[in-house]
Formats: sequence, C-alpha cells, structure tokens
Amino acid sequence: MKNPARTKRDAEPILQMTGISKRFGGVQALDGVDFACHSGRIHAVLGENGAGKSTLIKILAGVVQPDEGRILFGGKEMRFPRPSDAVAAGIATIFQELSLMPHLSVADNICITDPPRKWGFIDGRAQRRIAAEALARAGADDINPLAPVSSLPLSRRQMVEIAKALARNPQLLILDEATSALTAADVTRVFEVLKRLREEGLAIIYISHRMAEIAELADDCSVFRNGRHVATFKAGEKTDNQVIELMIGREASHAFPPKPPRPETEAAPVLETSHLDWENRLKDVTIKLHRGEILGLGGLDGQGQMELLLALFGTLESVRGEIRIDGRRVRPASPKAAKNGPLGIALIPEDRKTDGLMLPMSVRDNLTFAALDKVSSGGVISPAAETAAVDEMVRLLGIRMGSAEDTANTLSGGNQQKVVIAKWLLNKPAIILLNDPTRGIDVGTKQELYQLLRKLADDGAAIILYSTDYYELIGCCDRVAVFYDGRIVRELAGPAITEQALVASAFNMPVEELDGAAIPGAHS
Amino acid sequence: MSTFRYRLMEHRGTLLAAAVFLALLIFYIANSHSGLNAAVATTIANKGVLLAIVAMAQTLPILTAGLDLSVGMVFVLANCLASALVVGSPLQTAFGIVVVLLAGLLCGLVNGLIIVFGRLQPIITTLATGAVYFGLALWLRPVPGGDVNGDLADALTGQLPGGIPAMLAVLLAVVFLIWVPYRNSVLGRAAYAVGSSEPASYMSGIPIGRVKIVVYSLSGLLAAIAGLLLTFVTYSGEASASIGGTYTLNSIASVVIGGTSLMGGFGSAIGSIFGAFVLRSIEDLLFVMDLDPLWQPLFQGVILLIAVSLGAFRLLRMSNRLDLFH
Amino acid sequence: MSAFVMQLRRNVDPAVLIASGCIVLLLIGGSLYSPNFLSPDYLLQQLRVASFLGVIATGSMIIILLGNIDLSIPWVVTLGGMMATAAAGWWGDWGVALAIPFGVACGALVGLISGFGVAFLRVPSMIFTLGMNAVVQGLVVVHTGGFAPQDRATEAMHVLATGSVLGIPNALLLWLAVAAAMIFMLNRTTLGRKIYALGNRERAAYLSGVNTRMVILACFAIAGACSGLGGVLLAGYATKAYQAMGELYLLPAIAAVVLGGTRILGGKGGYIGTMVGVILITLLQSILSVMQMPEMGRQIIYGTVIITMLLTYGRGAKTEG
Repeated sequence: MKNPARTKRDAEPILQMTGISKRFGGVQALDGVDFACHSGRIHAVLGENGAGKSTLIKILAGVVQPDEGRILFGGKEMRFPRPSDAVAAGIATIFQELSLMPHLSVADNICITDPPRKWGFIDGRAQRRIAAEALARAGADDINPLAPVSSLPLSRRQMVEIAKALARNPQLLILDEATSALTAADVTRVFEVLKRLREEGLAIIYISHRMAEIAELADDCSVFRNGRHVATFKAGEKTDNQVIELMIGREASHAFPPKPPRPETEAAPVLETSHLDWENRLKDVTIKLHRGEILGLGGLDGQGQMELLLALFGTLESVRGEIRIDGRRVRPASPKAAKNGPLGIALIPEDRKTDGLMLPMSVRDNLTFAALDKVSSGGVISPAAETAAVDEMVRLLGIRMGSAEDTANTLSGGNQQKVVIAKWLLNKPAIILLNDPTRGIDVGTKQELYQLLRKLADDGAAIILYSTDYYELIGCCDRVAVFYDGRIVRELAGPAITEQALVASAFNMPVEELDGAAIPGAHS
Repeated sequence: MSTFRYRLMEHRGTLLAAAVFLALLIFYIANSHSGLNAAVATTIANKGVLLAIVAMAQTLPILTAGLDLSVGMVFVLANCLASALVVGSPLQTAFGIVVVLLAGLLCGLVNGLIIVFGRLQPIITTLATGAVYFGLALWLRPVPGGDVNGDLADALTGQLPGGIPAMLAVLLAVVFLIWVPYRNSVLGRAAYAVGSSEPASYMSGIPIGRVKIVVYSLSGLLAAIAGLLLTFVTYSGEASASIGGTYTLNSIASVVIGGTSLMGGFGSAIGSIFGAFVLRSIEDLLFVMDLDPLWQPLFQGVILLIAVSLGAFRLLRMSNRLDLFH
Repeated sequence: MSAFVMQLRRNVDPAVLIASGCIVLLLIGGSLYSPNFLSPDYLLQQLRVASFLGVIATGSMIIILLGNIDLSIPWVVTLGGMMATAAAGWWGDWGVALAIPFGVACGALVGLISGFGVAFLRVPSMIFTLGMNAVVQGLVVVHTGGFAPQDRATEAMHVLATGSVLGIPNALLLWLAVAAAMIFMLNRTTLGRKIYALGNRERAAYLSGVNTRMVILACFAIAGACSGLGGVLLAGYATKAYQAMGELYLLPAIAAVVLGGTRILGGKGGYIGTMVGVILITLLQSILSVMQMPEMGRQIIYGTVIITMLLTYGRGAKTEG
C-alpha cells in the first residue's frame, strides 16, 4: 500500500516540459505537450505505440531534439543535444533496447562514460568496486562485475542496465518498458529498488504496458494519445477500462474474442511431439496440438518455450525425440523445410526488427518474401500477382501505411508486426507458431491480433502461442502448457486456465497450495 | 569465475595465436640446419617486426568494426619519405624521424576525418586515400633510391647485448609505449565499446567521432613507424604498389589469425603481433623444408586460407543455427 | 505531383545522376584537351575497354549487394584468361572451341569454393576470398612454371575482345547482354529479391524460409564466372594471357560499384549505377592517360575523385534514435 507521507504534488516539479512538439517526416509525434513530474514520486506514462511516449522519453534522454518547446529541469532551462548532456544533467534513462556493449565486462559497461582514473589510465579495481556497488543498489549483487555482458541472459542484462543508470546518481530516472525482459523475481526486486529510490527523493518516470505494475508502483499517471497529453490523474482514480479508453480513444471492447466449446472427443492431433530433448533446455517435452486449437505456452521467461518453437521450426540441431505431423514423423532441418513441409509451419519471431523484417526494404518486398513461389513462376516474379497478394493481406489485417512501396521502417510497431504475420499467412500455413507476438504492441493492435488468431483457428489452423502476458494466455488459449526448467509441469484446459493456476504452475507449485496473494510482477 | 579465469577468457585469441607461433617456432628450429642462433633470430625479427607493427596498425580500426586499407600505402609512403629525410647528422636524422611519424599521423587523421565527418564507410574511404598516399610516395620516389642514416640502421637491424635482435626491442617499445597505454586509456576502452555496439555506445554518451579519429590517426602513426623501420632494413625507399598491397592484405590476415574479431569489440594488437609472426613463419618454414620453389606460393596460399579460416571459424557444431547469423 | 513522377523520384538514385553528370564533365573536359576525344572511334574504344571492367564489376556488384566482398578478383581474372588459352593448347580443336566457356567455368568453380567457405564454413568473405586469391595465385604459378602451357589467345577470344559488329565492339555487346541479364535477375526474379534481402538482413531472410546458403553459393559462382569471363576478354585483347592480368582490376571494380550508388554494406543498389560507375572510371583513367599524366598524379586524382564523389552522395545516416 502506498506511503501516505508522499511528497505533495503541489510542490515544485523537478521536471517541467512546456509546448513540446516533434515531427518525424509526415508524422506529428508530439503536439504541444506539457508534462511535469515531481521528486519522490513515481509517475507512470501510458499510451499506445505511436502515442508519443517514446518520443517524449527520447527527448529527455538527449537522443532526439524537440522542434519546439522548453524544458525546465531543477528550475533551470535545459537542452540535451546528445545523450551525454542528459546524463550530465542528472537524467538516467533505461530503454527497452539495451545500451550495453556485449563484448565488454559488466564493470566496463557500468562505468563506460566516465571511468575512474589513476594516473590518466582506467583504474580497474575502482571500476569493479563502483560496479559492485551499483549492482547491489539495483538488487542484482549476484552478477559478477567481470563477466562479459554477452555471457548473461537477457534478464540479467536488464539488471546491469538498471545498475548502470543508478551508478550515475541521477535525480530523474526514466524506465521505458524496462521490465519486459525480467523474470518475476527480478521484477519484485526492481520494484523494491524503485520504491526505495522514491523514498530517497528520486523522481521516476515509468512507462509500461502492464497495468498491474502501474497499479503497484505509480503515484501519478499520465495518458498520451496521438502525440497529445490527454490526462493526468492520481493512481487509483480511474479503472483499467477507463484508462484503456483514454489510451485508444474509444470504448474498450471486450478484449478477447469468445472461445469455441471444447470438442467432446479428441480428434487426431495435427502436430505432436514425444519426449523432445535438447541441450538441457528442453526435457522430455510431449505435447499434442489439434486443428482449430490455440495452445498457449506459459511459465516464467526462458524455461524452454522459445526453444520448443525453434525446434518445431527447424533451427535447432541435434534435437532428440519425435515430432509428428498428421501422424508422420518429420525432422525439420531448416525454416525452409518447416515452411515447405507436408503442412506448412510458420513462425512469428520475437524481435520483428532483426528477425521478422528487412526494414530498409519496401512493405511489398517484405510481405511477399516468405511466399515468393506463390507470386512467381519459374523464378520470375509477376508484379500483378504480387500486387494482388499485397492488397489482399493489407485488407485482411488492416495494415496502416502510406503505400506498399514505403519502406518497412516507416511503419509503427503494431503495423510492422502485422506485416510479419501477413508475410506468413500468404503461405496459408496449417501450423502457426508465435513467439511473444504482442510484446511492445499497442492495445488496439493487440485486440486486432487476438481476433485474427481466433479466426485463423476457426478456419482450421493449429496455433501455438508463447506469451509472457497471463491475460493473453487466459483470454486467447484453449489449452496452456506451463513450462518449468525445460519441462511441461502442467497442462491447463478451458476454465482451468486461471491466473492462480498459471502462476502456481510457473513456480512449479501445486495449484492447491497457492495462498491467494497476488505475486507482483507475475501480472502483465 | 575467478578474476584469473575471466582474464583468460578475455585474451583467449591472443593466447591461442601465441601458442601457434610457439609451435611453429619449435618446428622451425627442429627442422632448420642452423637452429636458433642470434643471426637467425635477427633475420626473422627484422622481417617479422615490420608486418607485426603494420598488423598492430590494422588492429585498431578493426576493433571499432572498421578497416584501414591504406596502411600498406602509408607504410610505403613513410619508407619513401624516410629515405629522403632520415639522413645526415644526428639532429637531421632525428628531425627526419619526427617528420616521417607526423606524416603517418596526418595520413591517419585524414582517414579519420573523412570517415567521421564525411560519414563514409571505412573500406571505400581508405581504398581511395590509399591511392592518394601511394601517389605521394611515387612523387617522392619515382624510382627506388635514397639513403638512410647508416649508423642508426646498423644498430636497429643488429643485436643488443645478449644476442637479442634490436628490432624486437623496438617492437616491445612500441607495444609498451603505444598499445598498452592506449588500451588502458578511456578512449582506448571506448574503442572496444564502439566496435562492440555503436548504437549502445552512442546511447551511453561515448564520443564516437573522437574515438574513431584517434583510432585512425594512431593507425597511421604505427604504419609510419613500420615504414621507417623498413628503410633501416633496406637502406632505400621504394614506391611499390605490390609491397603496399601485400602488407595491407597480410595485416588483415595477421589480425584475424591473432584472434581479433572482424566485427569489432574483441581482440588485441598483441594477438595481431603473433598473427604476423605466424604468417611469416609459414613462409620461412616452406623455405626451410626445401620445398620446390614452384610449389611454394600454392602451399603458402593454402596454408594462409586454412589459417585465416580457422582464425575466423565459428564452431561448426552450432546447436542453434540462428547463432550463425549475428 | 503525378504518380509517375513520384515513382521516378523513388526509383532514380541521385548517385547515378551525379555520376552521369561527371561523365559529361569528363567528356567536355577531355574534348577541351584534345579534339579527338569526342570522336566516335575513340568513344567506342572507351566503351570497349569499359566492357572489360564492366563484366568484372558485375560479379563484384552482386557480392557487394549480398553484404560481402570479393577480394579474389585479381587472380581469378588471371586464371580465367590462362585456362582459356591453355585449353586451346591441351585439347586441339575441341579445346579451341571450348576455350571461352572453359575459362569462365574455371572462374565459376573458384567462386563456388569461395561461396562454400562463406556460406557453409561461415568464414567472413573478406578473409576467405583473400585466402582464395593467394591459392589461385599459387595454382597459376604452378601452372605456368611447371607445364609451359599455351598462352596464346584463340581466334574467338581475340575477335570477341577486339572485333566489332556493325561498328559496335563485340565486347560492348557482350557487356550489354550481361547487363540485361543482371537487370532482369535483380529486379524481376526471386533470386534477385533474395539477394537484396540477404544484403539487408540475412537472419530475417533465413527465418523467412530462404535457403540462404544456396543464394550465397550461387552469387559467388556467378561472380567467379564474371571474373573468369573478364580474364578471357583481357587475354583476347592482349592476344595472350599473362600473370598479374587481373591485378589492376580489383580496386576499380569495387570503386565502380560504389560510385554507382550501391551501398558497400549491401542491400541497396541498381545495375545501371554500376554501369555508369564503370564508364566513369574508364573515362577518368583514359583522360589521365591522354594527358600523359604521370602515374603518381593518376593515383592521387583517382583517389581524390572517388572521395569527393562519395562525399557528395554516399553519406551515411547520422545515428539518431
């Protein structure tokens, strides 16, 4: 519960932005935005992708320059032409894309901007000490300062990122979706750290798509929509639905489409695995997938869910065990084999920017790329067939863009993800694998994707959905297989898919033992 | 993991290259007629140190995920310049040396400025500037000739008391006076950062432009040092495109064999030194083994191919094929 | 603005326009120096010589589009020329007839090996082709030293390189044929699409179900064939094959591609640009030769021109979030 002795909001804000505007090409990212936040308070910022929150943060971080407007920080007017200026002023930003250099050690990374010096050279010992202190402050003292960052899993790297920000002793700390890669335990620790920093008088801006986190942490909330700052209110003053309405500007429709009733008798599975084993990351994984079904993969981050998808898609070598499609044994040796196999398999990857799209190429080129043989004959592409295919997909998925010739990097995150999905749908795959497809996507597009998935399933596709969002698993999936340490520890079906069950299973606890208290960070 | 283990991992490329060189050296001594005496060591050193220093020059830009295709030409230019200036009285000689080194620094600086402010890719920039530097070398020495301060040349190509080749001492001096301080400096560490991830470096507030300009300037300086030393070995200056080109390409090969990653962010100039010596040893080995001279270039080529492939080889046994793509 | 003009603006690379402008400048400048410069004979001769570089640069361009680089051009060119002439010596009449394809095929074979190294062994192309260059050099040394093969070009090779049809040099016709094939391949075929995709992001292409290895293999084989064909032409032009035939062609091949607007990191660029770049470099070298500029001046001007032109259009994007 919140500490009643909170800094009064009427006190002078440490950060005051007035009339901030920024235009990128044809898009007005920010339009005359006023924004303020106070020391000793956590200020949450909400909004869809493209609403302007990221741009606002980038302006504060010195990555982007505003076209108009003033920034007052600590009472002084400031400008941040470069990231180093923002840092020097006392603003530390933790981005979704990490600012760590993989080859360098944790200590090097934490101190990289201003390393401690001895006789003009870098003082390694002092650096290690500073790093250890920063890591402890961030609640991650299990990380060895000498370890190269590349050896750490994503959640640990995020903690190093946080430590790096704290090492600068900032007055304003900004977290942009910083918890998206963290394990539930890490999130708990980070929350404790943030709360402690709040007591110490730090001002914190917190961007997240996870309502539960915001409910837990925030003192104040601001909603952005279409580049404008539409509302600010104290936490708790509005319901989740009201907040969503503010974000998307229309009444929040039922988030998830209805699920069909479970069939009485079990049809023959279209895909099944038996005793799948790989590299100590997958252990004895046996699942069955049926046509028309959406199977969710649950559990904490990195328990083998992604590896299962990769194994089915053919990027893993030396996988032991069996994979059967329509009863026949298959051994996918590459994504190409998976795609062209007896029943086409599609994989929507986790990172659309590096794995899903060729950003500098046009939307058209990206969209047809996985189905080139469908729009060509004898190796020669038919422009007419291409255009028809592109138009069909744009219509089906509601992709918003200038024209098909625009490059993919001009699209918003949600539309980019739609292009990735459209790319695969052209192949009419029978089995669709999705690796956390809605991470970093705005609420409106998410809802469209849920509708789409259900429609695809109703049309006969078999879908496996790996999601770190419990509400998604509950709302979309007919069944959920919960992973723990490479094994499936529980399968939940239908009404048995509840938050309690999911959380308990994720921690490999028997469902009955759960004491009913919600675990912070286990929400999404 | 203990500090020692981390250090080991950090320098695994260099250590591997050193081990290979040691193996080759032992093999060479075992098979040669004369064994390893001071004279033999000096000949090896005199040839090897030149490439070693050019390889050090190449290492710096590669650490930042760049490349310098002009090092060979700066090397040649410095040679030609030295053959004109590094003569006469000790004062004149010293002055000549300073001018040569400054010239190299300047060439590197020009590279760096074009790459940073012109925002051109290093590979094509240095390709073009290399042509310009070579042209300057030709202007200085249309035909091979010139001279160099004989006393200094004798001293540097000879031996120190104890039979240690003087060139080796020069190499060590370069390592300890230039590489080690640089590596431990803020800008030097930042160079690794830039090579590891330029976007992350920008976000972390690293002055990328300054880092790169220093990198290319130092590279030019090192190439000039090597060119200067070449003059002491050959007592003349020659503007040979073939030598320049060969040194450039061999420097890249040395860097790769020495364990530095072409993608940047990882490696060491010391590894490149061992890489250069490995390369040179291969040539000498073939000679020593009395191989038919007709077949030597082929063997050299094949071994070079294998050596650089191994040096750049990523494990064939990749359990996740996705890891093969960066 | 009408849709057509918008399309034009999108498709025409400013680099190509600037390079073309430079060609015009060079022609004007050259004509001021010597009235012969604009004579049809002279211009056709330039186009003939440009065709040699053009064929070689074709292979270079494909590899660069792929995001790689081919440093084996010098000795594969030599190999192509030598194998073609040698075939005529080894196999009598059959050899004479097959000389040209044999030279090309040898180049393609070397390219295939390079492609294997890059695609399957995952060795960076700069390194592997560097090594292959040394290996091929070794092979050529053994070949010429050990077997004293024929090095005289066949009649066909000579005619191809020096002859003309209706006043148009055969070599130019060959280059235009290659150009047509390239433009079609890059713009209208699935292979072309895949090449651009790999040059942009190989990982995403792989995850989209493309057999990236095959694409790389095919491209290196084509590039090797182009180098081999270039060697055949050069041998035909000089009526004999000699060592170091290809040495002077590596840097111009890369420079022509880059001056034509192709991104050195891959994924972007059109063949027309490469053609313009080839002609530009050929004219530049020719003018400097006509002016009897000493080698040193040529080198300096060569390098300066490349940098200046790239500065006017080759600038990368500033790192902005």
